[in-house]
Amino acid sequence: MDAKDVLITFPELLLWFPLLSGLIAFLLVKGNGAKKWALTSSFISVAIVIASFFFTDNSKYFHLNNVSYFWMPSLGSSFALKYDGMSRMLCLLTSLAFLLVFLSTLKNEYKKPHAFYGLMLLTQSGLIGVFCTMDALAFYFFWELALIPVYFLASQWGGEKRIQATFKFFVYTFAGSLLLLLGIIYVYLHTPDSTFSLKAFMEAQLPAGHGKFVFWLFFIAFAIKMPVFPFHTWQPDTYEQSPTAVTMILSGVMVKMGVYAVLRWLLPVFPNESASFANIIIWLSAIGMIYASCIAWMQDDLKRLVAYSSIAHIGLMCAAVFTRQESGFDGVMVQMFNHGINIIGLWIVVELIEKKLGTRKISELGGLANTSPALTVFLVIIALANIALPLTNAFVGEFLMFNGLFAYGKWVTAFALISIILAAVYTLNMIQKVFYGSTGGVTGENAVSLNGGAYMALGIVVVIVFALGVYPKPLLELTSETVDFIKSRFMGGL
Amino acid sequence: MTAIILAAIWGVVMMYSGIVIKNKSTAKTIALLGILALLVVNHLEYTNLWYMQADVKNMLKFTSFGYVFNYIAFGSTLIFFLLNAGEFELVGKDVYEYYALLFFILCGVGIASSFNTLLMLFLGIEIISIPLYILAGSDKRNLKSNEASLKYFLMGSFSTGIMLMGIAFLYGATGSFYIEDINVGADGFQPMLAIGLVFLLIAISFKVSAAPFHFWTPDVYDGSPTVFTSFMATIVKVASFIAFLRLFDNAFGKVHEQWQLLLALITAATLFIGNITAVFQQSVKRMLSYSSIAQAGFMLFSVYALNTFAKEGLILYSAAYSLASIGSFAVLIKVKDYSIEGFNGLAKKQPFLALMNTIFLLSLTGIPLTAGFLAKYYMLIGAVKTGHFWLPVFAVLMAAVSAYYYFRVIQAMYFKEGEADTKPTSRTFRITLLVTALLIIILGFLPNGLLKALYF
Repeated sequence: MDAKDVLITFPELLLWFPLLSGLIAFLLVKGNGAKKWALTSSFISVAIVIASFFFTDNSKYFHLNNVSYFWMPSLGSSFALKYDGMSRMLCLLTSLAFLLVFLSTLKNEYKKPHAFYGLMLLTQSGLIGVFCTMDALAFYFFWELALIPVYFLASQWGGEKRIQATFKFFVYTFAGSLLLLLGIIYVYLHTPDSTFSLKAFMEAQLPAGHGKFVFWLFFIAFAIKMPVFPFHTWQPDTYEQSPTAVTMILSGVMVKMGVYAVLRWLLPVFPNESASFANIIIWLSAIGMIYASCIAWMQDDLKRLVAYSSIAHIGLMCAAVFTRQESGFDGVMVQMFNHGINIIGLWIVVELIEKKLGTRKISELGGLANTSPALTVFLVIIALANIALPLTNAFVGEFLMFNGLFAYGKWVTAFALISIILAAVYTLNMIQKVFYGSTGGVTGENAVSLNGGAYMALGIVVVIVFALGVYPKPLLELTSETVDFIKSRFMGGL
Repeated sequence: MTAIILAAIWGVVMMYSGIVIKNKSTAKTIALLGILALLVVNHLEYTNLWYMQADVKNMLKFTSFGYVFNYIAFGSTLIFFLLNAGEFELVGKDVYEYYALLFFILCGVGIASSFNTLLMLFLGIEIISIPLYILAGSDKRNLKSNEASLKYFLMGSFSTGIMLMGIAFLYGATGSFYIEDINVGADGFQPMLAIGLVFLLIAISFKVSAAPFHFWTPDVYDGSPTVFTSFMATIVKVASFIAFLRLFDNAFGKVHEQWQLLLALITAATLFIGNITAVFQQSVKRMLSYSSIAQAGFMLFSVYALNTFAKEGLILYSAAYSLASIGSFAVLIKVKDYSIEGFNGLAKKQPFLALMNTIFLLSLTGIPLTAGFLAKYYMLIGAVKTGHFWLPVFAVLMAAVSAYYYFRVIQAMYFKEGEADTKPTSRTFRITLLVTALLIIILGFLPNGLLKALYF
């Protein structure tokens, strides 16, 4: 297939479609128009991604998956999109996440729904851009553009202390982004052909001794986004105060931006620096895992508990990335997808409970299993996936990641493994207190019923949990090319 | 050249039409005609189609850089007139005189963007300043306006004195007013030249309100009628920057390394004081005054770096900053209570005003897809290119601080409950505001059109 035969490439389609439908959603002021429109649009996005899986063969369909045109010639920035295995997987995650969010919140009423759904779709577009672009300046553009709608969503529709919490989030990430911008500029000035392409960045010759400085400029921005201990302080407040639909996107997809950026940009561009600082970063991640798990154990608020458990999981991903072992990379790839799906499942359950019973306090809940058995079944499956029980999807990823970590260092692995035990402790503790035990407090005889949308969303999550738990091969195959590439950057260095 | 002459003539025309025509609203029409004429003659001269022949003895030198800046200055003034024409009548009864003074300032702007000798620099800066002293005090019954005018005048005359002294030293050292003759290089760099340089640096730092010579700025900007603050903080400020860059590039470019550190310190101090003080402001007008100091810190990068990126960046920055600030001030004028609480709930009552103001504030913060981002980006890339790293790192940390105070206004408009009281807006106002916002966004991802014009 020739370039001129291609009307529009997949990455472009995935990028422009939500942007366009987001802008249209802003105009659908009346009734439920925007809600229905957003749901339809997210269905179509998923369909586009699934369709794209039939065109993976780059020898035949290269021009369907890659596009590049000059954007700002005077700056050497081109609008280059590439749709490789890792992008494909994350685009699937993004589209699926938005579908799940819209499905599960079908019964929610937001004030000014047209603005809410419009901003959500704009976020989707920004995220797709981050995951597909191969040009550092365009990457920075999308990195920031994904943040702005989320800021407005969280500040407008969030909880009581939303303004302070989301503002902290914004300033934190904005500061990180600006440091990243400086880093990008610095590398750009040393590229052989003065362009922002990933290839040029990898060939850039930085003056001796400057590399480690620039490495940290990049890493801090990504670490804030993930978040890695000690850059995590914005995260629990933001997750707690954002409307749950936004929290799902933040924790399911946006934190993956950080991991993705490390894999796509940091490791290939700075292989030597990544190797020399790996030790510090892995230990920081391991400390963060234990720390977050301990705090999760003590939480009384369901949302904060899930938020801290998310920090622990991300910590493991960050550590595994920096082991620079093949199984570590494979594990991260699998886990990026699975963690996104699982945590959205958890949030759906939390949202259902809060909407029905009006509280998220573990101490006030109890005995939900008696009144709402269906919800309990779903939750137990997802929670077990969250603690990575075999046959669930998370097991594959965590196993591979610990495998990589073990090859890197025994002590840090032993230390990090404590978090697995802690994860079981706080998750099972939560299940026991909320779903079993006496029906007291606010629970009473109230049943948390599942509406059609939520049923469907949780159903999709559970199917994925089992399907990828038993047969993770498609995910591994999808991303193997990207993993090989990243691995090849370390051949000399190790 | 034509634009300078026309601006001066039009100022006189405005003044006399005030005597002949009693109807105040005609002033706006005449002024708009004048500014359009300025844009047309600037275009004709830039494209070499038609221009007025005048022997200026090489005291003025017209470059594409100057022409492009004139486009920005005149274009911004056009937008300024369209947005604020109604407000002129609320300041006082001498509407025609205000317009006349503004046209005189534009004449000064034309000189400041094309001077080739120190005398012309002095004339340009003074022609800009003196009408401003009057405009600052134009709200005669208001004590704060009187204070602003007096303060500005006293401090301004000091800096003028210092500038003259600097020029005298430079003349003493080189025997010439022409800036090419002053650019002697490191070998001829003698103490008298250095003293002159420092004096000029101080004087121009005062004009662009760079720290530690910024003390007049908040009081003057706060006390002056808001319409004129908007003009002062934007078109006048960027014109002074163009003069700053022209002077230091052409007259002291060869001894760049000798004064670079001094300028770096001024830049860092300006960024620090502007941003940190803006955080504590309760009034949006005062906050915008401090933010203009902070933005000046970023513009100083162009003089600090003195390379192509920085020069292109200053053009882009002038456009981005002028458009966004004029827009933001125009919205401020329409809000009755200038405190941040006064903006509470604006999004509900005036969704259009709030949305436009958000775009302006995002651009001032430097969020991608707005012109403000690319402007900051060019400045940073210019600064990083010099090889020194601490100043850009400090600048981006300060830019993160700036997000705090700009977003406080956005928060007030969108997320806080309240009854923001606004004045009615005309249709022209709304359309102009929309065009300004669109220009900011278009420049944000397609700056080439503007930058290419530099190399015509």
